Amino acid sequence: MSPQQIQFLGMVATLLIWVVFMLQVTPIMVWVERRGAALMQDRPGPNRVGPLGLLQSLADAVKFMFKESVVPAGADRPLFAMAPLLALIPALTTYTVIPLGPTIEVGGQQVPLTVVSADTGVLLLLALSSLGVYALIIAGYSSDNKYSLFGSLRASAQMISYELALTLAVVGVLLPVGSLRLEEVVKYQQAHHLWNIVPQIIGFVVFMVASFAETNRAPFDLPEAESELVAGYHTEYGAMKFALFFMGEYMAMTALSALAATLYLGGWTIPFVDLFAVGASIAGTLSSVPLFGAITGPVWTGILAALVLFGKVFAFLLFFVWVRWTFPRYRFDQLLRLGWKVLLPLSILNVLIVAVLTLKGIL
Amino acid sequence: MELAVFILFALGALVSALVVVTHRNPVYATMSLVLTLVCVAALFLMLGAPFIATLQVLIYTGAIVVLFLFVIMLLNIQREEHAAPSSGIQRWAAIFSALVFAGLLLGLFWRAHGGDPAQAALTEEQVSLTTLARLLFTEYMLPFQAIGLLLLAGVVAATSLARRPDGRLSSPDQEMAHAPGVAPRAEDAP
Repeated sequence: MSPQQIQFLGMVATLLIWVVFMLQVTPIMVWVERRGAALMQDRPGPNRVGPLGLLQSLADAVKFMFKESVVPAGADRPLFAMAPLLALIPALTTYTVIPLGPTIEVGGQQVPLTVVSADTGVLLLLALSSLGVYALIIAGYSSDNKYSLFGSLRASAQMISYELALTLAVVGVLLPVGSLRLEEVVKYQQAHHLWNIVPQIIGFVVFMVASFAETNRAPFDLPEAESELVAGYHTEYGAMKFALFFMGEYMAMTALSALAATLYLGGWTIPFVDLFAVGASIAGTLSSVPLFGAITGPVWTGILAALVLFGKVFAFLLFFVWVRWTFPRYRFDQLLRLGWKVLLPLSILNVLIVAVLTLKGIL
Repeated sequence: MELAVFILFALGALVSALVVVTHRNPVYATMSLVLTLVCVAALFLMLGAPFIATLQVLIYTGAIVVLFLFVIMLLNIQREEHAAPSSGIQRWAAIFSALVFAGLLLGLFWRAHGGDPAQAALTEEQVSLTTLARLLFTEYMLPFQAIGLLLLAGVVAATSLARRPDGRLSSPDQEMAHAPGVAPRAEDAP
């Protein structure tokens, strides 16, 4: 194979792993969410379909597909159909700039395990994820339902307010690294043997709070607050269209978790462990085993790196679930006040501190 | 291949831009504007300017047009039934700006294909983020600061417009009570 073909295949393989992971995360997380909620509320949760209720998500998916899709009489039909699709655009694109692993050598070629290795890196991720708000606005507008419209107005105000704090928290991480590439952010943490969460704990807290708001998760799930707005922007949606919103929400959560893991928890690395050495030793041990023996050390390193990253992502996802069932919902004015008067000044303070420390050469 | 992609995005940008100015429903017009901006971003990308493309999506599509939609919904602007009668001065202003725009376009074409010798294509080095940042903070420092000042003036102007006639800024609590989707609380009732 020519060098270009190997590079291309490496990119396609990385993309495939990401896509499969992102698509599988929704059913798994729905199960985790429902069992987690049940655990915290001292009840069994879904336990009928399959062992531990594991197949419940599958049953739900079948139901979603075969349910009648109802469109309200006053709805703006083209926009009503478009909104769930818009919800999937950021969910299916943002993870492309997050490195799944190091650059590994395959067939004598250096293959980066990042789908899009662009100069603009994390900016591209933020740009694509900022498109997600259109799905919510259009859904609320086209439904011809005042609760939906309230939900989408809340969503747009909320997402624009928290995007600022989120972006400034990311700036804090990028300053000492001196690059927008997430690969460089991982390399920086690896070289310093210190995860960014330690020097940038303020930025990390701001980032996490803002990502709860950006993904419309409790305690900031105002756009779909069921006690006030029925179900907010997706009140009128049912069947597969609702399922698409659902998938969009969980995939956005996963993408932000992956970003948090990369920015603050060292991405695919484990401190003081050389994954290349581990990969080589696995390949050495398994060299006589048929099938597995054909896999070289660097490829094992790539697989391990991806598993480490996915492990960190799941830790964040569990945190999302934990927070959702622990804190009561904020009021909308409290939410906006928190965003503009607490998180934004905090993130600016973080940027200032990091800038001074970087200039002094401490970071 | 490259030509096909270019034609796809160029046509997309032109058609959606036409929809923006002709569609009677403001929400459809705004969504078309989103499509226009994304297509233009794709064209920037094809020209080898990924940073401008990303910023276009991040700032215009991701923030400014969202605010357009927000205002359209907040003010509950309905479908425009008949075109507003345009006054004579509007028509002349439109013709004048069209002529200025055509002149600028011609000038650009002249520079690219006419008088000057062919301009060298931008290198990867020239469009990289590092070069851009360095230029912004050295050679173009003054314009950069001036734009910042302009934006600050805009913020000040908006704040002064939001002041109530008695000269006081409305208190945050009252502002929040009128925030979208918040039902007036009991103590706000007259």
